[in-house]
Amino acid sequence: MLEIGLEHYLTLAALLFTIGVFGMFLNRKNVIVILMSVELMLLAVNINFVAFSAYLDDLTGQVFTMFILTVAAAEAAIGLAILVVFFRNKGSIAVEDISSMKG
Amino acid sequence: MELLAVFLPLFGFVVAGLFGKQIGERGCQLVTCGGVIIAALVSVSLFFDVAYGGNVYITVLSPWIVSGEFVVSWALRIDQLAVVMMCVINIVSACVHVYSVGYMSHDESKGRFMAYLSLFTFAMLMLVTADNLLQLFFGWEGVGVASYLLIGFWNHKNSANAAAVKAFVVNRIGDFGLVLGIFAIFVVFGSIQFDVIFEQAPEMAGTYFTLFGYEVHALTAIGLLLFVGAIGKSAQLGLHTWLPDAMEGPTPVSALIHAATMVTAGVFLIARMSPLYEYAPDALMVVTIVGACTAFVAATIGLTQFDIKRVIAYSTMSQLGYMFFALGVSAYGAAMFHLVTHAFFKALLFLGAGSVIHAMSDEQDMRKMGGLWKKIPMTYGLMWIGSLALAGIPPLAGYFSKDIVLEAAWADHTAFGNFAYWMGIAAAFMTAFYTWRLLIMTFHGESRASKKVQDHVHESPAVMLGPLAVLAAGALFAGAFFYQGFVGSAHHDTGHAVEQVEGDSHGEDAAHKDDAGHDEHESEEHVSVEMSKEVFWGDSIRVRAENDTVEAAHGAPFWVKKMPLAVGLLGIALAYLAYMFKPGIPGRIKSMFSVVHTLLFNKWFFDELYDSLFVKPAFKLGQIFWSAGDKNIIDRFGPDGSAKATQKIAGWLSRFQSGFVFQYAFVMMIAVIGLISWFVFKNGQGF
Repeated sequence: MLEIGLEHYLTLAALLFTIGVFGMFLNRKNVIVILMSVELMLLAVNINFVAFSAYLDDLTGQVFTMFILTVAAAEAAIGLAILVVFFRNKGSIAVEDISSMKG
Repeated sequence: MELLAVFLPLFGFVVAGLFGKQIGERGCQLVTCGGVIIAALVSVSLFFDVAYGGNVYITVLSPWIVSGEFVVSWALRIDQLAVVMMCVINIVSACVHVYSVGYMSHDESKGRFMAYLSLFTFAMLMLVTADNLLQLFFGWEGVGVASYLLIGFWNHKNSANAAAVKAFVVNRIGDFGLVLGIFAIFVVFGSIQFDVIFEQAPEMAGTYFTLFGYEVHALTAIGLLLFVGAIGKSAQLGLHTWLPDAMEGPTPVSALIHAATMVTAGVFLIARMSPLYEYAPDALMVVTIVGACTAFVAATIGLTQFDIKRVIAYSTMSQLGYMFFALGVSAYGAAMFHLVTHAFFKALLFLGAGSVIHAMSDEQDMRKMGGLWKKIPMTYGLMWIGSLALAGIPPLAGYFSKDIVLEAAWADHTAFGNFAYWMGIAAAFMTAFYTWRLLIMTFHGESRASKKVQDHVHESPAVMLGPLAVLAAGALFAGAFFYQGFVGSAHHDTGHAVEQVEGDSHGEDAAHKDDAGHDEHESEEHVSVEMSKEVFWGDSIRVRAENDTVEAAHGAPFWVKKMPLAVGLLGIALAYLAYMFKPGIPGRIKSMFSVVHTLLFNKWFFDELYDSLFVKPAFKLGQIFWSAGDKNIIDRFGPDGSAKATQKIAGWLSRFQSGFVFQYAFVMMIAVIGLISWFVFKNGQGF
């Protein structure tokens, strides 16, 4: 029987984080996907926190996770709200179209 | 008292200049005219006090510069020389102020004009009452500025602006010489205070200083440098080109600045520095030659000009030449005498010409005048007085002064003195000729003006004729009145003969003056109780006994004395013949000597020469510096270059700003990875 240890959790978190990063950079379609990728990266971090918390027998990590979840929820809400307004103004939320900051 | 005479014009300038809008045009005219008239009256009373009473006032007002050994104060030095100049300046200036009220009545900015006139008067008074060379220089530059402002008074005319700039720039050259002269005086004497300089002058006669490996006689060098300043200001040959152009200014300005006062500043300067020049015979020789050449050349140009004001301007230049060669032969008193009489009759001629121009609706070309004498008889009469005085016909002022100048030149008994004498005689002939040419062309014959102008011809108002009458009185009597004091001899045998000459026509004046002389000087222990040049000038002019040409002039032979009068009458007669009775003669002479005429008509090509010699090369040099130096080096690598580089780098950098958020995040990511890797590997320990 395979023992599920700390390294497994860390590997999972690293995978999730990498997926998030690539989802952000390689995505050419939709800003919502970027938001989702950000959430994914935050989740990866949370998994790290919880894993280390259990491993070190220290509750601080889990408390921190709660905070991060809260912040992530707020961030997602604000991000989606911005997107709604943006769509109303520009009629598109495709990533290619959002380049008005171009120098 | 002396403060009043000097500072009232300044007061007038400040009030009219700063508060002109508040007090209105009438207020400006009142305050400036009033100030100068009072100043004139005060200076006349000062004149009697100083010149006949023998009191010299030196009033120290305040310290100005104190820097180590170099100490300068504002001070008024009212001695005989200064008080003569003050009288001339204030009287002529008062006449011109009043005249301007009438002459400028159609002008838009009367207040400004009156303010400038008062400013000029103040600066000129500062110049002549200076107690040191720096204050003199202050006045010297002040009149330069006032002259610039007044020549360019009609600043809507391009020619006036160009003339103003030309006058200013040409004077800079002279002023440079003057400044160098002042520096040299400080180096040699250690002071620029007149008293100190004059005290030391005899001891310094043997001083030499080394310049570029040459031994230079100090006083000669100083004399020549100061004379360069005088050449510029007094429009002597070489730096004279600005004076005819200065006639672009309003006519009262020409009368005040470019005939009576400012242009005589050079004469005053040399007379003031007479104790120095007496020990610099070589410098005096140069003064003589330049003066004589100027008198002659200017007179020849005057023969051919058609602009009424330019004719008088060249005549002014020529008369200034007389004053300078008189200075050159050490006849300082004679030069000052001619300065005074010339101020009166030349201001009269200019203001008379202004009256003619006013009557002719601003026409200045004599070819378009003629037949005016019936329409403006008063002006005509006054112009006659001025012309007679200029031509040196007795008993008018010019006769006395011009004769003594020429006699002094003859009595110098040197080659240069003789040269000056004959040049002066030639100039006297031409002076008489062109003066009557002017009179006849303007006032006689058929009118050549257009119908409209002819109908408009009118006599000038009393406010213009009044000052003319005052000046005419000066032109009539100043010569006889001042003769004994300015140039009279203390010795009875020669002085007596002179008295007879003037006694014929003006016994009354002479008698009156003699009384005054007796009263004032009986108490003093003097060789002569009579008024004479030694008594009159006191210490303000110093002449070494062996150089005293004025004294010697009284003993000149009969033909020397009468020659100027003879050629003057001849000139008048020829002018009548050529322009009144046989009008064909001038044309025939012109075609006979066409080369000479072209030379004279174009003013000996001085302007063209300077243009090609200095002005054009200066422009070219400026062009080179501008295009090669400024544009191609400084701008290219300086402001323009750095601006272009910034733009280029910014354009290159802005390509990073794609506007795509994910690219920014990517860069951030890379940077974070980079930073962490650097941090980790720097510490050299893995995890």
